[in-house]
Amino acid sequence: MRLPEPCGPLSEGVVETLRAQPVGPHAVPEPRAMGDVTYPLTDRDFQLALWILYELHYRGFDDVEDPRAEWDPLLMVSRAALERTYEHAVRELVAETPQDAPALEDLGDTPAEQVTAALVRMTARSGPSDVAQFLHRRASREEFRSYLAERAVYHLRESDPQSFVLPRIGGAAKVALAELQYDEYGGGRADRLHQTLFARALASLEMPTDLAPYVAQATGATLASVNLMSLFALNRRLRGAAMGHLAAFEATSSLPCERILRGARRLGLPEAVQDYYDEHVEADAVHEQVAIRGICAALVEDEPDLAPDVVLGATACLAVDGLAGEVLLESWRSRRDAPVAG
Amino acid sequence: MSERRVVVTDCPGGPLLVRGADEVVGVDGTSAAVERAVVAVCRCGRSERMPWCDDSHRDRRRRKKP
Ligand code: FES
Repeated sequence: MRLPEPCGPLSEGVVETLRAQPVGPHAVPEPRAMGDVTYPLTDRDFQLALWILYELHYRGFDDVEDPRAEWDPLLMVSRAALERTYEHAVRELVAETPQDAPALEDLGDTPAEQVTAALVRMTARSGPSDVAQFLHRRASREEFRSYLAERAVYHLRESDPQSFVLPRIGGAAKVALAELQYDEYGGGRADRLHQTLFARALASLEMPTDLAPYVAQATGATLASVNLMSLFALNRRLRGAAMGHLAAFEATSSLPCERILRGARRLGLPEAVQDYYDEHVEADAVHEQVAIRGICAALVEDEPDLAPDVVLGATACLAVDGLAGEVLLESWRSRRDAPVAG
Repeated sequence: MSERRVVVTDCPGGPLLVRGADEVVGVDGTSAAVERAVVAVCRCGRSERMPWCDDSHRDRRRRKKP
């Protein structure tokens, strides 16, 4: 994959730096631009800059010549600055999210019980999302494709962020996370790797199977939802939030996947598209239990101080992904309302 | 090699997680092959993918009429 086209001063700073200097240390991209970011959660330039810096830790870019860019100290400074702003915005969003849940202490006797109850409660409230309902009943083929394109930024890298957490936790929580990841990674079968299942779904619709074209058009909110996982997974101090995020993600996946599957059937989309969502109905019903009871409960039993972070990560997942969903729905709405040209 | 064990874990309000099984036999005698390391077996009776849990236990609107 090649570096994406920048779309503002922040992503331009990062891209120019990575392109211009074949070897590090790289200059810190223009810090002034950061002051212009008013709402990082949907700011595409901001999120793209952060996404590019994170990508150096995943598969990287063909046109970044210096393999050491990943750990370049000055790029780390840039990443840390972007992360600080992003984390602050996420915490603010979480604080604004209406909490009708009782305090953790009132939800059970042990941290494990409390966290389990909080996660179950928090995810029970959300029925199938508006996006899933739209895809189920109303979406056109084109709209369905645009959904796949938007989600490709995550699904082509599905579950990779959480793998960074494995060495950061221990005992039963580690075992449970490994078990969940094993399933995500195909359960020993390369052809069942979830990333591959998604690529196959894209290919069946004659859509590209590499990430670059999707990153090029993804909204700021979509990049934010992917960056959130990297933020939590790549910072050891946020490991609790990473696992809370995973639990909320899995627990709100099965029912929507069923809806999306029905939408795909309604539209007569190819088998490979149906297969991806079909796989996730059952898989995520399992993963939800493993993530809540296996990973999160065991994690806070081991490290009780992480309980509030687990809840933070779960709340952040629902809020940020909710935001990305709203942006997507809004784009469908406005396109449907737009007067037909000509 | 250690001896293989089948382990069943209770998830209150949800399914039973089963590890290490080869098949699950439904009340009507039909057998479903276990194709993943862990499976969730429905206990609420509302799944549309019996014997597997499809998360319907958390969808309050999909409760089957008695
Ligand atoms: S226990 Fe989950 S659907 Fe029945």
